[in-house]
Amino acid sequence: MKNSCIFLLAIFLLMQCTSKDTTVYTPVPYDLEIPRLFADKLIAPVIPANNPLTEEGVALGKKLFFDKKLSGNNTQSCATCHSPQKSFTNNRQFSEGIQGILGTRNSMPLFNLAWNFDERFAWDGKELSLERQALEPVKNPIEMHANWETVAEKLQASPEYPDLFLQAFGSSEIDSVLITRALAQFERTLISGNSKFDRYLNGETTLTPQESAGFNVFMDEAKGDCFHCHGSDNNPLWTDNKFHNNGLDSNFSDLGLGAVTGDTNDNGKFRSPSLRNLRFTAPYMHDGRFATLDEVIQHYSEGLQPSATIDPLMKKVNQGGVGLSLQEKANLKAFLLSLSDPDFINNPAFRE
Amino acid sequence: MRVLLFLLSGLLTWSACSSPEKVQSASVAVRFSHNWENTPVSSTDFNTIKFTNENGEMLSIERLRYLVSNVILTSANNETYELSPYQLVNLGEEEVTIESNEVPIGDYKLSFVFGFNDAENIDGSYPDLNTASFNVPGMLGGGYHFMQFDGKYVDQNLAPAGFNYHVIRAVNIENPNNLVFQDTSIKVSLGVVTITATTDIEIKMNIAEWFKNPNTWDLNTLNTVLMPNFDAQILMHQNGKSVFSLGAVHQ
Repeated sequence: MKNSCIFLLAIFLLMQCTSKDTTVYTPVPYDLEIPRLFADKLIAPVIPANNPLTEEGVALGKKLFFDKKLSGNNTQSCATCHSPQKSFTNNRQFSEGIQGILGTRNSMPLFNLAWNFDERFAWDGKELSLERQALEPVKNPIEMHANWETVAEKLQASPEYPDLFLQAFGSSEIDSVLITRALAQFERTLISGNSKFDRYLNGETTLTPQESAGFNVFMDEAKGDCFHCHGSDNNPLWTDNKFHNNGLDSNFSDLGLGAVTGDTNDNGKFRSPSLRNLRFTAPYMHDGRFATLDEVIQHYSEGLQPSATIDPLMKKVNQGGVGLSLQEKANLKAFLLSLSDPDFINNPAFRE
Repeated sequence: MRVLLFLLSGLLTWSACSSPEKVQSASVAVRFSHNWENTPVSSTDFNTIKFTNENGEMLSIERLRYLVSNVILTSANNETYELSPYQLVNLGEEEVTIESNEVPIGDYKLSFVFGFNDAENIDGSYPDLNTASFNVPGMLGGGYHFMQFDGKYVDQNLAPAGFNYHVIRAVNIENPNNLVFQDTSIKVSLGVVTITATTDIEIKMNIAEWFKNPNTWDLNTLNTVLMPNFDAQILMHQNGKSVFSLGAVHQ
């Protein structure tokens, strides 16, 4: 009888040990809050099957996004060049890396990235997913200039990260794959969909006469003709996420998409940026050449430069552009500013 | 009684055996091919001024995407099988194939609509087309492009200039408060095809026809801002009628 009890006790203890060893924390699925307008007008966002959004993954990605351990000398985080207050860009023409070296492209704002259906990120489309994009700036010698193995080691040695990775991904062994997955999860939650124009479309507010007139300039093929590349009231992304040569230069110092594809027909083409949040994202264009929105509008109105790859949608190139009147320019600017979303830049969920 | 039961069971057995044979369905695939007067055109031909239209203008293709709807097979006794309610075809991207496994084997008339007819051209109602930025501005009545065909041509000064051959529902905007529309979608009937167990159908677009028949298109006159140009839309509609034809049918 005694032996039997000891045997049963041993079995019980063994079961407890086994049970503890095989318990895997299951992360909680993240409920992505999609704006009504997006749900009504657009197809579903891209969430990769191998990196579904979870509460733990998103929280970890946010922590990593603001953590300077991701840079070589612990002085820069992703947020250094992608600040929430600036719609996740900064106000510099070119960003400065950890060694004070300037880049050659303006940092892109980050929002509504899960609706980039081609999944070609960066100005030139060289990054083929958000996860892959996140690999690049960390190791770029003129940006965060770190080594991924060293970054993983730093995080592994911290008291909190191993458990956070375990909860998010079921593994406490930190590497670049899991780090970039977490960063991408956080980035996919950066949704901007509550501008004045969104509220207007939802019937919650009205536009001023000038904003309304500016929208007409935007949508008029004979005036701004902006809608062919930059969305419309039926495409609230305000970008097509495609690549165009918008007539900035006749000779290219930066080939853009052409340098990625190797096709000379792609020279001078860059991804259309969204027109949301322009109030916060100056300077403009891939090289930040325009300090103000007025300069941007002036470019399309009178500053187009001909080249072999200029998009046929750029009209009246021989005359420099469509030639908007002063009033039309002012109206267009007023409309464009109505696409800015203060709630997005003030959202505490996106702050450190 | 026993005889009655016997007869009844026999009747049931007979009726089960004599029920109609299951109709064999076919696997149908419809593909779109593109040519310039019988010379195949693909995205690899884009961006080079290599085509000459009926009016003698040299031109390139940089973007060509268009909408077809109501792709239908109609049998001899007027049964219809919709292969696709609508489909955006983009020559610059992956080849589109419309597929169905629902069509019984037999002979059918194949037809589709280029663009949307008025009843289906509902502004903002198709999320995939919104996502593709294929919309028409509300000031032109909304709805969707039927075709966006962009490229460059050599103008009268022998300089390259852009053209935007954009087909939409024709709209007269003289009075912005009273837009007048004309349905310029095109019903395309391609004749009879025989559907067997596996059938692959090619629909051909001769791009040159957009500039040719019956209206010889002068790109020096009609090049851009054609969406609000009612008369240009009517010309496009007329030329579009001879653009499509039935290609190879493989079984």
